[in-house]
Amino acid sequence: MSRRTRAAGAAPEQPAPEAGGTADPANVALFDQLAAEWWDQSGPNRLLHAMNPARMAFVREAAIAHLGCDPRARRPLAGLAALDVGCGGGIATEALARMGAATTGLDAAHGAIAAARDHAAAAGLAIRYLAGEVTELAAREPGAFDLVTAFEVVEHVADVHAFLAALRTLLRPGGLLVFSTPNRTLASLAIVKLAAEYVTGDIPKGAHDWRRFLKPEEMRERLAAAGFRVERLEGLGWSPASGFRVGGRTDLDYIGAAVAV
Amino acid sequence: MPEASEADVLIIGGGLVGQTLALALAAHDISTLVVERADPEAHLAEGFDGRASAIASASARMLRALGLGDLLDGEGCPIARIEVAEGLHPEILRFDAVAEQGEAAAEPLGIMVENRALRRALLERVRQTPLVRLVAPAAIGTLVRGPAAVEARLADGRQLRAALAVAADGRQSRTREEAGIRIARWSYPAAAVVSMLAHARPHGQVALELFYPSGPFALLPMRDLPDGRHRSALVWTVSRRDAAGVSRLGPRAFAAEVDKRLGGRLGALETIAPPVSWPLGFHHAERYRAERLVLVGDAAHGIHPIAGQGLNLGLRDAAVLAEVLATGARTGIDLGDPALARRYERWRRADNSLTAFATDTLARFFGIPGRPVERLRRFGLGLVERIPPAKRTFAAIARGTAGDLPPLLRGELG
Ligand SMILES: Cc1cc2nc3c(=O)[nH]c(=O)nc-3n(C[C@H](O)[C@H](O)[C@H](O)COP(=O)(O)OP(=O)(O)OC[C@H]3O[C@@H](n4cnc5c(N)ncnc54)[C@H](O)[C@@H]3O)c2cc1C
Repeated sequence: MSRRTRAAGAAPEQPAPEAGGTADPANVALFDQLAAEWWDQSGPNRLLHAMNPARMAFVREAAIAHLGCDPRARRPLAGLAALDVGCGGGIATEALARMGAATTGLDAAHGAIAAARDHAAAAGLAIRYLAGEVTELAAREPGAFDLVTAFEVVEHVADVHAFLAALRTLLRPGGLLVFSTPNRTLASLAIVKLAAEYVTGDIPKGAHDWRRFLKPEEMRERLAAAGFRVERLEGLGWSPASGFRVGGRTDLDYIGAAVAV
Repeated sequence: MPEASEADVLIIGGGLVGQTLALALAAHDISTLVVERADPEAHLAEGFDGRASAIASASARMLRALGLGDLLDGEGCPIARIEVAEGLHPEILRFDAVAEQGEAAAEPLGIMVENRALRRALLERVRQTPLVRLVAPAAIGTLVRGPAAVEARLADGRQLRAALAVAADGRQSRTREEAGIRIARWSYPAAAVVSMLAHARPHGQVALELFYPSGPFALLPMRDLPDGRHRSALVWTVSRRDAAGVSRLGPRAFAAEVDKRLGGRLGALETIAPPVSWPLGFHHAERYRAERLVLVGDAAHGIHPIAGQGLNLGLRDAAVLAEVLATGARTGIDLGDPALARRYERWRRADNSLTAFATDTLARFFGIPGRPVERLRRFGLGLVERIPPAKRTFAAIARGTAGDLPPLLRGELG
């Protein structure tokens, strides 16, 4: 059993996925099936593991810049409530908890949430994990979070506007959203889809539909429409020498920070 | 069953490197359990370790940042100049702090301190630091490095738990052996005879490295004795065969042998610490990491003391590991994550290999007794003396300021 940092309240912990949710049922089933493999660093999710340090360093910088966090602190997010949307097995969620935030992880896939709970318990981390829809959590806990992260999620959702609007609702005014998502370019098509999914198997087959990917300009427009001000948007690139790093080209994947206005 | 004691990092071995690492981690808010098999008080006893170490300037900056400035200023002796020569031959290679950096910026080439004083100061700091828990004397019974944590059971049944274990248990590291990490090693056919001498004339803060056919002879300036006499530490490399004989010389005979090699330069000499002989070897671990384990200090590498860099390499390991783990902690990475261990290993391996290689070359070239290579040496020294960039590079290596430095080695708490 994982301990909880926040009182879970009276809300049911595992609401059934709703027809009106933003998650695509076909994708949810696929991620469910992969739950057991979440924490294998050389398994199918090795890309997510490899990206995590760069992503979390970005979260820390953004939290220092926009939430007034202490750059010298061992736990820079101490005192904040954080939500990791599309948390999967909890790779980023656990990092948020270690950075000191009272952390909630949300995913539509029950299997992933079960795997995430087991892992957090073994690591001795107090994280509240919920299986369910972001729209539904937004209705239950509006304004409850200082920080929301959504890594490699927006490209999986069926209704981008409803999804971003729900994230906005979950944040308090002035709260921070950090997201990352692949770009829709020929390079990302070639590399993310073909090379990664079919050749090296780095991203499980079928998990990405390239037509759903958003270009950075499109993402900016949609964020503005949902009530966010984009503060920073950078490439999340990869090189054989230094692995994943923030900065440089945005044509494959990009990461951004936006403040809830 | 009693509750396990928990910390972020379990350090096995509370020697100079293990304790420094614990303080460096504490400065970044990372808690440690330090398991040391010996009684720390026994390690402070006169005669346990009569050696003195040259703390390179980068290491000195770190020790200052960790609160050991009083030790360096109060008990250390700065090295203002290093003179290298072929025996008493007049051609001398000089590394001069002021000439290299200008009067204002001059930072000593190193600071000589007794190992015993360093141990005492570290232990004092460790005891004042709530984030460091020293478990000593204690022996590890079993060490289990699992996917979620490291769990140790001490011989007396106590349980310890941490995210990462660090092997700082010296050259014979059992932790390294049990992790199946192999080492490359060889021994030099030489031994270092270490002692301390009082002398009539001041050393002028000059470190002497004199090469003799029987091996290098290093005299390092120490702080004056309370009675005002001047003092130097001696590291005299002799063949293994001769080591026992040399260290058995009576104090007068020993002083006379030393004086002969110094050409009387320091005036009347007196042996004030019994000479002790140390066998010399080289070893380097094939890797510095295994699951939830990293190696630091002599557990990872050991080199010939000819350039006085052994401890400094270990202190640099500690500084880099603290930097890597602090960055990891601040971004929420599990401290046992292999990505952090890999980063530490990549960062340190190059420096350690380079220094080990340079030292081994130096040791083979100058340090192996009985090889008639004086001429070549003289040529080599003359060459280095005439080429300023080469000299600067050597000096930077000696100071430990070459390469990519973590904040601690610049004296900052990142
Ligand atoms: C003659 C000589 C001269 C030298 N001169 C210099 C110099 O001038 N400058 C310099 O930089 N370096 C010098 N060195 C090298 C320097 O002394 C070492 O590199 C340094 O002491 C290494 O520190 P360490 O903490 O890694 O290992 P150690 O000092 O060997 O400490 C290891 C500790 O681990 C403990 N331990 C071992 N096994 C266990 C276990 N199973 N469980 C718990 N605890 C355990 C031991 O009791 C010890 O306290 C010299 C070396 C020699 C031989």
